[in-house]
Amino acid sequence: MPRPGFVLDVDRSTPPTLFWHGERFRLEQLPADRSRIVYPPEPLPAIEHLDHAIRDALLNPIGSDPLPARLFAGMKLTIAFDDASLSLPKMRRPDTRQRMVEAVLDMAAAAGVDDVHIIAALGLHRRMHDYELRHVLGDRVFDAFAPRGLLYQHDAEDPDGLMVIGTTDHGEVVEINRRAAESDLIVYLNVNQSPMDGGWKSITTGLASYRCLSFHHNPETLQHTRSLVDRHRSALHKSVWRMGEVLRRDGPPIFQVETSLNTDTFPSSFAFLSKREWEWSARDRAKYLATAASLERTPTRLARRIFHSIEAPYRTTSVQAGDTEAVHEITLEHVYRQQVVEVEGQTDILTMGIPFISPYNPESIMNPILVMCMGLGYLFNMYRNKPLVREGGVVIMTHPTYREFHPVHHPSYIDFFDEVLADTTDPAEMSTRWETKYAEDEWYRHLYRTSNAYHGVHPFYAWYWGAHGQQHCGRVIIVGGDAPTVRRLGFTPASSMNDAFEIASDVVGASPTITHLHVPAMLVADVT
Amino acid sequence: MIAASLAHRRIAITGSTGFVGTALVERLLRGVPDCELVLIVRPGRRSTAPQRAAKEIFRNDAFDRLRELWGEDFDAEIERRVTTIAGDVSADGLGLDEAGRSEFARCDVVIHSAATVSFDSPLDQAVEINLLGPTRITSLCAELDITPYLVAVSTCYVAGNRRGNAPEELVSEGPFDLGLDWRAEVTSARRLKGDTEAESRRREHLERFRAEARRELGAAGAPALAAKTEQNRQRWVRDRLVEAGRARAASLGWPDAYAYTKALAEQALVETRGQVPVSIVRPSIIESAWAEPRPGWIRGFRMAEPVIISYARGMLKEFPGVPEGTVDVIPVDLVVAAIIAVAADGPHREPRITQVASGGINPLKYRTLVDNVSAWFTANPLYDPEGQPIVVPEWTFPGRGRVQTQLTRAKDVITRAERLLQALPLRGRQAEFSATLESRRLEVERALEYVELYGLYTECEAIYQVDHLIELWESLDDADRAEFNFDPRVISWPTYVNEVHLPSIIQHARVKTTPGKSRGTDRMTRLRRQVLDPKRHVAAFDLENTLIASNVVESYSWLATRRLDGRERLQYTLRTLAEAPGLLRLDRRDRTDFLRHFYRRYADAPIDQIEIDAAEMFTQLLLAKSFPEGLRRVRQHRELGHRTILITGALDFNVAGLKPLFDEIVAAEMSTTERNTYSGEMHQVPPTGEARAQILADYCAAENLDLAECVAYADSSSDLPLFEAVGFPVAVNPETRLAAIARKRGWLVEHWAKAPGAPRRLLPIGPLLSERARRPA
Repeated sequence: MPRPGFVLDVDRSTPPTLFWHGERFRLEQLPADRSRIVYPPEPLPAIEHLDHAIRDALLNPIGSDPLPARLFAGMKLTIAFDDASLSLPKMRRPDTRQRMVEAVLDMAAAAGVDDVHIIAALGLHRRMHDYELRHVLGDRVFDAFAPRGLLYQHDAEDPDGLMVIGTTDHGEVVEINRRAAESDLIVYLNVNQSPMDGGWKSITTGLASYRCLSFHHNPETLQHTRSLVDRHRSALHKSVWRMGEVLRRDGPPIFQVETSLNTDTFPSSFAFLSKREWEWSARDRAKYLATAASLERTPTRLARRIFHSIEAPYRTTSVQAGDTEAVHEITLEHVYRQQVVEVEGQTDILTMGIPFISPYNPESIMNPILVMCMGLGYLFNMYRNKPLVREGGVVIMTHPTYREFHPVHHPSYIDFFDEVLADTTDPAEMSTRWETKYAEDEWYRHLYRTSNAYHGVHPFYAWYWGAHGQQHCGRVIIVGGDAPTVRRLGFTPASSMNDAFEIASDVVGASPTITHLHVPAMLVADVT
Repeated sequence: MIAASLAHRRIAITGSTGFVGTALVERLLRGVPDCELVLIVRPGRRSTAPQRAAKEIFRNDAFDRLRELWGEDFDAEIERRVTTIAGDVSADGLGLDEAGRSEFARCDVVIHSAATVSFDSPLDQAVEINLLGPTRITSLCAELDITPYLVAVSTCYVAGNRRGNAPEELVSEGPFDLGLDWRAEVTSARRLKGDTEAESRRREHLERFRAEARRELGAAGAPALAAKTEQNRQRWVRDRLVEAGRARAASLGWPDAYAYTKALAEQALVETRGQVPVSIVRPSIIESAWAEPRPGWIRGFRMAEPVIISYARGMLKEFPGVPEGTVDVIPVDLVVAAIIAVAADGPHREPRITQVASGGINPLKYRTLVDNVSAWFTANPLYDPEGQPIVVPEWTFPGRGRVQTQLTRAKDVITRAERLLQALPLRGRQAEFSATLESRRLEVERALEYVELYGLYTECEAIYQVDHLIELWESLDDADRAEFNFDPRVISWPTYVNEVHLPSIIQHARVKTTPGKSRGTDRMTRLRRQVLDPKRHVAAFDLENTLIASNVVESYSWLATRRLDGRERLQYTLRTLAEAPGLLRLDRRDRTDFLRHFYRRYADAPIDQIEIDAAEMFTQLLLAKSFPEGLRRVRQHRELGHRTILITGALDFNVAGLKPLFDEIVAAEMSTTERNTYSGEMHQVPPTGEARAQILADYCAAENLDLAECVAYADSSSDLPLFEAVGFPVAVNPETRLAAIARKRGWLVEHWAKAPGAPRRLLPIGPLLSERARRPA
């Protein structure tokens, strides 16, 4: 029986705590008697026969006729799937999406459906490389569909490839992929790693246009999203659900398939990452020392390649299909069961190690903007009820925060860092002064559509993601980062954790309470 | 009364755009209210004589006082009292046209102050201007049958290198006369000019000029090389004539060609004066004004200034000279007042010589000068670009030989280091270092020149007598003395050095006189702003190493290996490495030939597959190796409404991905076969070297745009023709030679790099694909 999540009170006997530091690690001794560490629950047991479970879910959906009953010869069928931003790290082959798409295609073939398009629902993310598509869908599906142009990626800037479904009572325009909109059925294949994803968000971001996205991806909405993992207190999800109403009323029929993952994040060679430090065996300790020491000597470039080649042993804990909202409620239950940790009360200082990866840099570089997005956007938002850190408290991150960018994946991030952040770090100001210029830039549009670049506006969205955290915190400190780069982000650089505590004392006094978020794996802190 | 005796006179002046000339014009207009002036001015290359006078004379700050005095009437007053006519003292008849001649004929006084005062002018030029100038005036007078009073400005140094007193008499009448025939000197100088010109056209010289040009410019294309070669030849001729002038002067006992030609000029003038009454005024070293039009007024950089500034900058550590020697300096306003007084005094029976000098009556000792200068710069140091004060070196009064040896040695070391660096394939900041070396070398060279030229003057121990000057001074009444002060005894040297001269030249030299880093925008920022001005029309970009750190060989290798397996890749790589030296040689010799030869490899490549693979290459090779700042700059130009053009020797299908950045892409195009493959042969010559300049010029002509409003970005000296064609050249990551050229010409230099963190690959070959993915599309 896996153990639930756990909050450890640090005392004198507590060994140093593991912090991620980009492509490296560090061990930090947190002050005794006023620090605590939030550990995620251990991985839940997985479904034994996944293919069987998928078939079962398709044949016995919730709030819908079985999938075969909704398929008919001569129909237009569109299968959309989550892109490379899920899961993190990428899961071992065969990917759950491959298993799902193969099951759906079998049923479609049996029903005599011959107009099938498979679309990567990547929203404004970068196009996936062919090898990534092969990884996610398998060679068989790729070779059968890609060469004929039937497997392709959503293009939020294709002037002929988008269609307006309608407008919400808040005036939000729902505009999605034309092929999907004109289909007789959309089957959406989801991998749910965070309670933020899935439900109506799948289509209204993954298959949406820039115009449609801009109604919920903006500073105003994200500042009122408390938090991203709590859909009922999230302005973003409220907007998305309003759009869902429009889709349900005027859009194409949708058959949603959702799956939840457990938290078995690292292969056995990195097992120590998922364990609690005081339970490390002699072997774990040796592995840690060997890994940390060799990473110290490895150039960042190489360390990055090693980490991005990690394939996670994730297993699926549930599959459910049918009506979008009904399915999503069940998915959330599973996700929360895996991730929720009860935490009592807020803290003065929240510490977090920023890893090498975020949803926006698979196979790529964790650039400074993504460090902000990961820290204040994702990790800060992993709460229900109240943020882990009190209002006006301090967030301390550890990350090298090098000024490095991937020229192919993140071209607009480079300019964003040089131009926009040099001007302002305030989301509202940058939104009025700069966003349109980047969003409508012809060159970025070209790179997004034909190369493998994130959309020109994406660095803004990554920045807005942290808008709530930025507003909430009294100060943000990055330990071990490149000082000028950290300052450009509007944060304070510190050379060591003790330095950081010293700096934080200006804001939170001399003996503040400290909470460390032990991630990954993912968790949701339920703060009472 | 000086003013009264010159009232209602018409005074012709030559050399009015010079230092003394400008002060003279100002002083006459202000001090002699009723005189009229006729200025004989050489037209500029792009301006007429009156335009040049308006710009170079009346807009000078010497006239600030008059402007204030006359207020709004200034222009009208100038208009009323000054006539400017086009003329040239190095041409017979002064090059005057009919109107000019009649203006000149109505003059009562002629003040001749035109000269080539540069101490290193070529012999022929010094002879034509300095030696023959005065006689041309007298012959013109004879021709026009007029006899105005001619006051010729000469120099004390006509006395030559001698110790002891130098009296106010013609050298040819003094005890040291060599019995020179000035006509023979003119003839031989002219012949030497012709001989040197002929000599410079000999094969071995021409080959050397060409080799030097190639070394400096690299493969810049035939027209640019030709222009540079010709420039080298002309410079060689000039250098030879400068040397010849110095040698001839030295052989006859003059410090330089200036003094030598001036001495002969006096002799020629007296001999050819005919009925024209003549006086000669000989100033010594003329420096900034003592009091008029304001203390410290100076025009241009005179003789001592470069030396003083170099010393204050710490560049010149030692300068030859004897401490007890006299530096004969005389402020410009005293010289001007003396000239006016001589003009007002009228001619004597025999040509009268008046020396305006301080050495004989109020000497400035070399040690006093040096002590004052070094004390002043210790109290008011200059600052280096980092904002640190520069400590001036201790002066040791070394002999000329020692200083010269030191400097020559330093120059040799730097020159060798520079050669070495130029041979290395450096780019960007490292190349900048070599440019720094070059400017160091230029500094040393300049210092060496100062030492050679001016060293002679500081060692000159002649004492110039001023008996005539004092006699003239004594004859003046108090009013004239107050208005036209030329008594050298009034000068207090410490006051002059500390409070008048040094502050003035520091201001003139625009050197850094405040501590701390320069706060204002630096030059590059200013240039960048010019480049990004909405007024520009076109921005032309080179591709390789300007926007992208890649080249045609890499693109080809990437495409050629994309669908190969591991073993085939290894074979390909080994083969290419074996061929590399040959390809490199070919590329160095001629870029176009190289491209033609290299592109043969595309023969039989299937068009469809290349299209798919090139799109992938665009992402994985070109974008990965692009310079983000460069791409941003292209878009900035577009935003400003400039046209953007890419001119590259790369193949069009390899750069197709860059289309959205440019209004026009000029690239190499390959013909195709019926089998739907590429032929390996070019449609048209790949645009390289001077062809790029032509392409841009044609584009501008066709689109009705102005080439002078174009910006061009490129990285290599082979793009020099393009750079020279446009108004705003920008050197991007320049290699050594281009870095040196860009620095010399003051071009904007940009250092653009790949995105920090961009993927690095040892070999330009695509990632190994799985067997399934490798299959041809």
